[in-house]
Amino acid sequence: MKTLRDIWLVFLRYFGILIRNPVWVVLGVVQPVLYLVLFAPLLKSLSANPGVPAGGAYNWFVPGLLIQLGMFGAAGVGFGLIAELRGGVVERMRVTPVSRLALLLGRALRDILMLDVQAAILIVLSLPFGLKLHFDGALVVLALIALLGLLTASISYACALWLKSEDSFAPLIFTSTLPLLLLSGVLLPLTLAPPWLRNIAAFNPLSYAVDAARAVFNDHLTDVSVEKGVLISAVLALVAVALAVRSFGRALA
Amino acid sequence: MNEAKAVIETRGLRRVFKTRKETVEAVAGVDLKVWGGEVFGFLGPNGAGKTTTLRMLSTLLPPSGGEATVAGCDLLRQPQQVRERIGYVGQRGGSDPQVTGRTELVFQGRLYAMPKRAAQDRAAELLRVLELEDCADRPTSTYSGGQRRRLEIGIGLMHGPSLLFLDEPTTGLDPQSRARLWEEVRRLRKGGTTVFLTTHYLEEADALCDRLAIIDHGKIVAEGSPDELKRQVAGDVVVVGVGGDGRDALELFQRQPFVREAGAGDADGTIRLYVERGESAMPAILRLLDGAGLELKTISLTRPSLDDVFLRQTGRSLREVAA
Ligand SMILES: Nc1ncnc2c1ncn2[C@@H]1O[C@H](COP(=O)(O)OP(=O)(O)OP(=O)(O)O)[C@@H](O)[C@H]1O
Ligand SMILES: [Mg+2]
Repeated sequence: MKTLRDIWLVFLRYFGILIRNPVWVVLGVVQPVLYLVLFAPLLKSLSANPGVPAGGAYNWFVPGLLIQLGMFGAAGVGFGLIAELRGGVVERMRVTPVSRLALLLGRALRDILMLDVQAAILIVLSLPFGLKLHFDGALVVLALIALLGLLTASISYACALWLKSEDSFAPLIFTSTLPLLLLSGVLLPLTLAPPWLRNIAAFNPLSYAVDAARAVFNDHLTDVSVEKGVLISAVLALVAVALAVRSFGRALA
Repeated sequence: MNEAKAVIETRGLRRVFKTRKETVEAVAGVDLKVWGGEVFGFLGPNGAGKTTTLRMLSTLLPPSGGEATVAGCDLLRQPQQVRERIGYVGQRGGSDPQVTGRTELVFQGRLYAMPKRAAQDRAAELLRVLELEDCADRPTSTYSGGQRRRLEIGIGLMHGPSLLFLDEPTTGLDPQSRARLWEEVRRLRKGGTTVFLTTHYLEEADALCDRLAIIDHGKIVAEGSPDELKRQVAGDVVVVGVGGDGRDALELFQRQPFVREAGAGDADGTIRLYVERGESAMPAILRLLDGAGLELKTISLTRPSLDDVFLRQTGRSLREVAA
């Protein structure tokens, strides 16, 4: 009970800080929209090629974009935490009896909420392009995005607590997200990839989430790839949460 | 002051930091007692281990060795109970520049499980007492240094702790804000709160603290009330300025039985002499210099300061180390 209450308190604090500065929410939507407008049309001309799945370019591309948003939209949240570390804010909270889990989850829930709002905006904006999605399908996708957001936010916070400085945090984030993105099949189908590349991609948890989201958008809610994507994301998120909570408990800065 | 009840008691408290290159023993076995209701000061130069000690005592940092009781609870076995009973205002403050002062206070109260209404009332009360009502609803990024520091002390006081840690509460403040903060600490003391503060200002330790410990390289080198500590130095200090580098004069004085101790002073060509009674020593000093043909430039008599205590214990001047 106390933990839930603490999570809620911390969530409210960071939600309050976010809505006083909604520019971040808007910026988070801009990037996927740019992909949608400036990149997706290219795919249309590719659809005739063998190896490109059926179902229309947007029904194939938008799920990938949504997963990309879920996976990387929260990658930078650690920057804010580093500023807080420097200002002694984290220490000030850690000296109170507040639950350490709440220090992480309160923040991460705020991040997840932001991602889901952005995803919903993106889905609505894609409808005029010919995206088709059912209501329960949308819920599954939003849940999947929430799991990925929790995973990434937790990792981002844990790295921030570990590195304590933007100078080492920024390169870590940028160099680790790029290969994950390239090997996810978000931009182009992995079915086009040579076997060795496809084998590496099989180790990328993100590619399973992308497969799951695509199945949902193509009305295969019961497809095994959906269960697989959700399960893998959930397990990884759980591990990341455990790691990050430990870091909050013993943050040395 | 409340009668002799130790609010903090440490035995052999240690903390070692291991980094890739080196191992630092930041706190090297500290034994302390802080009594209920007193203002206890921790005086020491940069890197002495003040913050590290405070962070251990406030559960933020696990000790590498030793034990402690804080506010009646065992530090290692009951960290959660310790947290409920203490307030801690870190060296780096802890207020978020984007958040208003009032919001910070209420949030802090809620972290201690205060009901919303009670937290709001308490926040309003603290804002009034700390004279922050004018800026209460502005983001703290707009606060002056003194206002921010007062708010942060308010944050530490939200749940009405009986023991408050203040890590360098006045560093970087102008003299006026510093005086304002001293007043605040005295007011707390009057209300029965035990305050454990760190500082590297001698005047602050002298003016504010009932008792203090001087820490250097992770070890306590002296402990007592400011007067007791100064009495340890015993007698008076005569500072003599002579021509040249003063080495001849220093050797000369070191041979004199009426000089307890002689050492180089802060400035070049000055010598600090610790003597039993300054008034009677001065004529003897003048005669000695005259007889040895050494030029006397200045001579002054001072009562010992805490810096003399530090100097005697460590061979360095705190003023110099801090500069
Ligand atoms: N996290 C850490 N990792 C490595 N070394 C540390 C760490 N924290 C402190 N130290 C080292 O421990 C020693 C004591 O530091 P501490 O912060 O306790 O000093 P201090 O007395 O508070 O100094 P100041 O007056 O500058 O605040 C220093 O040598 C410092 O470099
Ligand atoms: Mg310090």
